[in-house]
Amino acid sequence: MNQRTHPTDDNIMISMLKELGDIVSNILESESGRLLAAACRADTLSSAVAWLVDRRKYRFATLVVQALPSGDLLDYWFYKPDAGPWVKLSVRLSGQARTVPSISEHVHAVDWHERQAEDLFGMTFTGHPKLGDFVLHEEWREGVNPMRPEFDAVKPMVEKEVDPRWHPEKILRTPGAFLMPIGPVYSDCAESAQFFLETVGEDVVRMIPRFFFKYRGVEKLAEHRSILDVLLMVERFSGTSAVAHATAFCRAVETIGLVAVPPRGEALRLIGAELERIRHHFSLLSDICHSTGMVVPSADIDVMEEESLRLSAQWSGHRYLYGLVSPGGVARDFSTSELALLSNGITGLAHAARRLYERLQFTSSFLDRFEGVGVVPMLNARRLGLVGPIARASSFKTDLRIHAPYGFYRHCPLAVEALESEGDGYARIRVLFAEVFASADIIKRALANLPDGPVMLPEQAVPAGEALGYVEAPKGAAFHYVRIGENGGVERLQLTTPSFTNWHGFHLAAENFAFQDFPIMMASFGLSIAESDR
Amino acid sequence: MFGWFLRGAASRIRTTTYPHQSDSSPGTTPGRPVATAFADGQEAQRAADMCPVRAIRAVDSTAEVDLSRCVHCLSCVRGTAAMKWKNDYNWAVSGCGGTTTTGRAFRKSLSIRLIDTGSCDAVIQEVKQLAKPYYNMHKLGFFITPTPRQADVLMVTGPVTSHMRLALKKTYDAMPDPKWVIAVGNCAISGCVFAPSFMSGGAVSNIIPVDVQVPGCPPPPLAILHGLLVLTGREQEIDEARATTGVEEKK
Repeated sequence: MNQRTHPTDDNIMISMLKELGDIVSNILESESGRLLAAACRADTLSSAVAWLVDRRKYRFATLVVQALPSGDLLDYWFYKPDAGPWVKLSVRLSGQARTVPSISEHVHAVDWHERQAEDLFGMTFTGHPKLGDFVLHEEWREGVNPMRPEFDAVKPMVEKEVDPRWHPEKILRTPGAFLMPIGPVYSDCAESAQFFLETVGEDVVRMIPRFFFKYRGVEKLAEHRSILDVLLMVERFSGTSAVAHATAFCRAVETIGLVAVPPRGEALRLIGAELERIRHHFSLLSDICHSTGMVVPSADIDVMEEESLRLSAQWSGHRYLYGLVSPGGVARDFSTSELALLSNGITGLAHAARRLYERLQFTSSFLDRFEGVGVVPMLNARRLGLVGPIARASSFKTDLRIHAPYGFYRHCPLAVEALESEGDGYARIRVLFAEVFASADIIKRALANLPDGPVMLPEQAVPAGEALGYVEAPKGAAFHYVRIGENGGVERLQLTTPSFTNWHGFHLAAENFAFQDFPIMMASFGLSIAESDR
Repeated sequence: MFGWFLRGAASRIRTTTYPHQSDSSPGTTPGRPVATAFADGQEAQRAADMCPVRAIRAVDSTAEVDLSRCVHCLSCVRGTAAMKWKNDYNWAVSGCGGTTTTGRAFRKSLSIRLIDTGSCDAVIQEVKQLAKPYYNMHKLGFFITPTPRQADVLMVTGPVTSHMRLALKKTYDAMPDPKWVIAVGNCAISGCVFAPSFMSGGAVSNIIPVDVQVPGCPPPPLAILHGLLVLTGREQEIDEARATTGVEEKK
């Protein structure tokens, strides 16, 4: 959704017509030239996707399923870093048909999206290796799909009696092999999720995660609610990246309304997002130091984390920056003294972080636990479409602030993408530190070039329409699909969060490493379950 | 490693002076809206209409606040009929249908087990802050324990999703008597923006008895600390918070 830089991509529409003419139909380019929509039949979906991903180097963004009165509609959204319009491939099913061929064998990033659609919409993806028991657990009655329009979002669910003999299926069948279940309630103040570690003693051979213990059904609850009501939920379903998700949602709404946020509003959104990133990364780094029992450095980072929380509260009124972003801009303007306070605070935090980083780099007992541990090779990161700091630690370029700049990032670009090549725990730590410094730098530059003017557009009705809003959240790329109905309410919301994308690749890091490294791996991945479970 | 020792020894003490003295450092709390008297009933109604979660109610010319519904969206202070805002944090209330305070034996030694039943990450981060240098609840004798078998207090966050209901019951049953429950955050108290729904039954008190409620979205660490101190009978709850949390009505 940026200016087209590669002239060869300008004619994706023409080449699609030429090469895929007999597969896809209704190729339409949006007025802004940012989106190319095409329709295809279920049986030719795989060849169209293969062409897009293999030949045109497009990446999968999200799969949006919608149950419309005329039949189910599946939209596969793709984007290409640094170039070209985004592509939406639609498959329309007629009547009661719910069967689509699975494309996850070719594009692995779609795997969990298909499993999710199977549970929530009752779709069947032929050829998918593992469907069932994903979002909805064994308490849920079979054949009831909560995202179908006839399902009542407010009526409490009647739970099914759980078979007490239920146990996870063991895959490892060698003598002495055992399965170690962790969670959903486990030691420390941790979020609820379950992990089955299969082992023969020392190394984790298989790691099977089980999520959605915290499934609150935000996407279902959002249906037929007003935009402001949904914004409250979008901000609060994952409190540690509230600004990022609120911005993604608001950007989708603004795209539908065809409105442009005033430059000062965009700049303040950037500042809020980067302040959130700094605080978020401090919290991850603190967990990382805790996981190795490094008391002094973790206390140091804890202090920085609390100071960034206090700075956020002093600046915006809320420790987690709730209520900052609103459709059309930001909710309030800031005075010169408030901005100076932020600027000084950021300088202090960046300085403290730099000193700590220098010390940590020379602490061998710390580095020994991370170097060469939990390695995610670049090819695997690409294969599973990982995002955020985890992907960047495996030198997989994914930063949307650089590769599809939005908002104020177009005027105030990020200097350089934090990339490391090893893909191990230490590389991830280096990426986190580098991003803290980059965020501090970009806040400084945004403050220096802060435009004047209003921060928010006057309130206006949003017309019916659909759009995909995206941001680079602290954990990686987040895509919010929003469809607004005729009455101005939200008809469909789909949250594709970086944690959901990256948990899919967590087994890469956890498998084939020692048992006692598991907590360290969890910390160095630093993923949120609230964000993935929604 | 010796360098770290020196670094630790050279760091100054930052721990809050609370509860010995009140802590007024800027940014420790988001504060809360308080009952505000307006010129007339119409203006009070305007203030009430600003609230997206109907936590504000106009009674004659006063706008009253139900803190257990407030989501800290701050829209009521940004409107034309602005509510008054108070930057305190001691708003935890006890006796929400459960038993009373813990009594002498647990005053200075309390083991806490946290269970997350669908909260946003932020409220867990705030609980974690309690064990970190700025709040350091260990000095008051409060500790996080890994297992419910050793826990005296169960801290519950989140709107109790359907998938966590069984885990919550099992965790509660695994705790030895006497035991107490603190509901942390408005999700746990009322379900907030996520309830009522097909996945959430709303309040924790619908499943297990709750002794202390700490409202907030998320409640700041000092408010959670106040909740623990109220439970152990070391701090008083403020009557005003009691009135605004609507505990009496629920009884």
